[in-house]
Amino acid sequence: MNKVDLSVSVGPLKLRNPILLASGTVGYGNEMSEHIDLNKIGGIVTKSLSLKPRKGNPPQRIVETPAGMLNAIGLANVGVEVFLKEKIPFLKKFDVPLICNIAASTIEEYIECTKILTEERSISAFEINVSCPNVKEGGLQFGNDISAVGKITAKVKAVTNKPLIIKLSPNVSYISDFAKVVKDEGGDAVSAINTLVGTSFNIFTRRPKIYNVTGGLSGPAIKPVALAKVLEINQRVPIPVIGIGGIMNWQDVIEFMIAGSSAIQLGTVNFINPKASEEILKGLEEYCIKYNVKKISELTGSLKLK
Amino acid sequence: MLTTEAPVAKTIELGNNIYLLKILSPNIASNIKPGQFLNVRVSETYYPLLRRPFSVCDVTGDHIFIMFNVLGEGTKILAHKHKGQTIDILGPLGNGFTYADDFETAVIVAGGLGAAPFPYLIRELKRNKKNIISFVGGKTESDVITYGMENIFISTDDGSLGLKGTVVNLLNRNINLLKNEKVKIFSCGPNAMLRALKEFCLKNNLECEVSTECAMACGFGICQGCPIESTHNHEKYLLVCKDGPVFNVKDVEI
Ligand SMILES: Cc1cc2nc3c(=O)[nH]c(=O)nc-3n(C[C@H](O)[C@H](O)[C@H](O)COP(=O)(O)OP(=O)(O)OC[C@H]3O[C@@H](n4cnc5c(N)ncnc54)[C@H](O)[C@@H]3O)c2cc1C
Ligand SMILES: Cc1cc2nc3c(=O)[nH]c(=O)nc-3n(C[C@H](O)[C@H](O)[C@H](O)COP(=O)(O)O)c2cc1C
Ligand code: FES
Repeated sequence: MNKVDLSVSVGPLKLRNPILLASGTVGYGNEMSEHIDLNKIGGIVTKSLSLKPRKGNPPQRIVETPAGMLNAIGLANVGVEVFLKEKIPFLKKFDVPLICNIAASTIEEYIECTKILTEERSISAFEINVSCPNVKEGGLQFGNDISAVGKITAKVKAVTNKPLIIKLSPNVSYISDFAKVVKDEGGDAVSAINTLVGTSFNIFTRRPKIYNVTGGLSGPAIKPVALAKVLEINQRVPIPVIGIGGIMNWQDVIEFMIAGSSAIQLGTVNFINPKASEEILKGLEEYCIKYNVKKISELTGSLKLK
Repeated sequence: MLTTEAPVAKTIELGNNIYLLKILSPNIASNIKPGQFLNVRVSETYYPLLRRPFSVCDVTGDHIFIMFNVLGEGTKILAHKHKGQTIDILGPLGNGFTYADDFETAVIVAGGLGAAPFPYLIRELKRNKKNIISFVGGKTESDVITYGMENIFISTDDGSLGLKGTVVNLLNRNINLLKNEKVKIFSCGPNAMLRALKEFCLKNNLECEVSTECAMACGFGICQGCPIESTHNHEKYLLVCKDGPVFNVKDVEI
């Protein structure tokens, strides 16, 4: 029996523990189930799903950087239909909350995807990836456009009863302005952060190392940025935050919770240590016992500034 | 597919910056097949952060071998591992060569470090009573790796050893050796070489499997980082780590 209560709430979403696996770093669960017991983790966030399958970018899609990596996968995914037909049946075998991450090129596509997926009972919540180019606005990312983020929140909320999480981009001046519009338009929580835009060149060929030229930076390199973004939201907007960015171990999780996260997601670390989630859960439990934390949720936003 | 902490049994310097690492892992040794690979965590720190993929080079008893040349930080750290140090290995990963099917002679075509997967494959081919011919090429003499090869023909781009030309030129010159028998080609090397080899195999109607490479993050199918174009379905990439790294040459665009 657990001596420590690891359960947390992210708005209306109840989780047995705060450890979620981040979008794009767990596929649809199959491969990870060979490394960890999916029934033990807090939840899985699917690879971003779009209405139709997407092929994604040509190689090279990834490159390593100091304490991090850049990726430009190009949202390669199987699409909503194949996901429901081929991926959900496997995930249903587990008792693990499933959060569907959705990516789209138009606001209508976000709505359409949500409408289809909301019928599926085994989906616990939606996470909307707004770090996607808006084709109607010449490819400007939705995530940089505050009114677009507001519109997406309101319109998606209108077609689902499930908890709605908006995953925010860090590539903006004030992330809390975006969290506020999500709150005002009825969103239940925000995830912060998605990757930071970066690039890397080969100095001998003078060419970009990745095909897409720029990519998203993830891993330990972004942790201090992510923590500051979580803190900013926590100080300015009363909305639950799921902390993401460079989390490698249980100490990082505690830090993110103290900064104001109700739960967290593990991304890049899954590539390096696929067992990280289970090891982190053990570490969290031991920390709570040692420092007499009865409920891990007590940690959320417990930062002492003075 | 497993993560294993395995101790280094021996670091062997083959010369010309090329190393063999002998690692004790009964578990991997008894499960891995030629052409499969291992994703190795070279350091516990965040530098380098990602694992490094290496083909299994050979298996003897409870030991596995990897062969590499020192390129960057990761391989530099690996070259300095000493006996008894443990390394964190993820694997066996991917699909290996198919070598028990109906052919009589296996033709190995290796360019540079592309020699890495063949000592183990050749061991298994011999167990399956296949004849072996090896065509080995490099830019120059010091790039030519013949470790574990049998019945060897050599080429170098600069002519410093063997035929002056590419390994595919070399193969073409010896095409009579491939004519009267059921042969199957097994290859690994730089993309330009694999491309030329593909053309050669299609033209001469030869069965051929190639081991491909791509930058990787996870090595087991969760990051989508390692696409390779399929010849059959242009709507969707294959993944080098999961669908490969060994493919029938007809199935992929190189
Ligand atoms: C399935 C697979 C099997 C492999 N098997 C072997 C093997 O048996 N022996 C061996 O020596 N190498 C093998 N490689 C390549 C090996 O993984 C890289 O050489 C290694 O990651 C370099 O690491 P590093 O830290 O020393 O160099 P880095 O500093 O990472 O890179 C040095 C240079 O190598 C390039 N590079 C990095 N990774 C790759 C890659 N995967 N493919 C091509 N170029 C790359 C970089 O762009 C850079 O220019 C294999 C790769 C794959 C995908
Ligand atoms: C290879 C890769 C693919 C990703 N794909 C997605 C995606 O499809 N949708 C999404 O919302 N985030 C995606 N992300 C972002 C992660 O979910 C996460 O927000 C980010 O990597 C920061 O966390 P980390 O530093 O722990 O990796 C991806 C990240 C990586 C590294
Ligand atoms: S390396 Fe991650 S999917 Fe192939």
